[in-house]
Amino acid sequence: MTDMGTYLYAITREEGRLSPEAGRLSPEGMAGVAGTPVRALRHSGLAAYVTTVPLDQFGEEPLRRSMEDLDWLGETARAHHHVVEAVAETAPTAPVRLMTVYSGDDQVHDLLDRRRDDFAAVLSRVAGRREWGVKAYVAQAPGPVSRSGGQVGQVGQVGQAEDGPAATRPGMAYLKRRHADLRSREEAQRQAVACGERINAVLMELAVAGRRHRPQDPRLSGRDEWMVLNGSYLVDDDRGGEFAALVHRLREEGMDVELSGPWAPYSFADVAGTTDSEVPGGVR
Amino acid sequence: MIDPRGGRPVLRETYGTPVPAGREPANLGDILERVLDRGVVIAGDIRVNLLDIELLTIKLRLLVASVDTAREMGIDWWEHDSWLTGKNHELIDENRRLRERLAAVEEVLALNRPADAKGDTAEQRPSGRQERARGGRDRD
Repeated sequence: MTDMGTYLYAITREEGRLSPEAGRLSPEGMAGVAGTPVRALRHSGLAAYVTTVPLDQFGEEPLRRSMEDLDWLGETARAHHHVVEAVAETAPTAPVRLMTVYSGDDQVHDLLDRRRDDFAAVLSRVAGRREWGVKAYVAQAPGPVSRSGGQVGQVGQVGQAEDGPAATRPGMAYLKRRHADLRSREEAQRQAVACGERINAVLMELAVAGRRHRPQDPRLSGRDEWMVLNGSYLVDDDRGGEFAALVHRLREEGMDVELSGPWAPYSFADVAGTTDSEVPGGVR
Repeated sequence: MIDPRGGRPVLRETYGTPVPAGREPANLGDILERVLDRGVVIAGDIRVNLLDIELLTIKLRLLVASVDTAREMGIDWWEHDSWLTGKNHELIDENRRLRERLAAVEEVLALNRPADAKGDTAEQRPSGRQERARGGRDRD
């Protein structure tokens, strides 16, 4: 007999299920990770959506291996996400990080007891709001990478140039060009950063809150351009259309922006104590 | 894929239609980014959480690889992201503790040294090492 664990997807208010519309959409019974059926644990005025998972797959050691399998990871991430989104359709939701596994339901009850106020605070912050993702790209300036091929040969010429004054010119020309390249690259970078800042500022006028995440790796984004903005914006439900229209307008103005969403508020579910205020000011 | 200047937007336009309906399945990269890097992290009495599983391999492969380029450009806002800096906090704390201990050790050394050497070595050395310590942190 395999040991079982309780896998947690999301936490919401217990009363969320009471609305007739929410009842129709209830995530209970849907398939979660590894096809396990979703249950709701109701406690302390909160509901935790969980499934029972075999620890021979969802224990620390097996996960260490299977998380390396990107197909498995992708499938599991989608399953997790589907449950989170289904829960978010019914009520204000705090999505929980992938692979949060407890020894049993009792531990989850405990969590709801202990952190009830923290979760309540998160849920009231995200209630009636959804997260939208906006990414902005700027074409990469011709950088040192494309030049470096020629650089090796050029360096050789600089070395030979010591023989006579005429021969120094290619070396000087190279150095000048290299300087100009660096300057234009720096300038392009400055403009790219400023572009990201500008778009963020415009979006923040509509959003209740915003988070700027690190740019995605090109392999993740599928784009070669610089990702100058990878933002998440918490937007009131009744302004979602306006927000999407704003992004659309930015694109019409020639900016390379992508919109995704609406999402469950993944980026705005920080439980008290891990919010921005805790970031030490001393870090750059 | 998306022509930035093209007139036709090729994205999930959800405005104009009821928000839950007609939504395209989200892109896997965006999902991974969210489920791996965001959302409530619960530590403590827990069987497994992502912090336990060595995430470096996955995160490095999918997310962190772009950091150097970004930092080069002066984009470093993720360093202020509390989720992402969770581990950094520990490193920064540890660094501070180490610097404090180092300073204490050097104070003792300075006290044990002849009085004339105190002025130059004891004053300069700690700052040099602190810079090195900071450099180390930046690379982490």
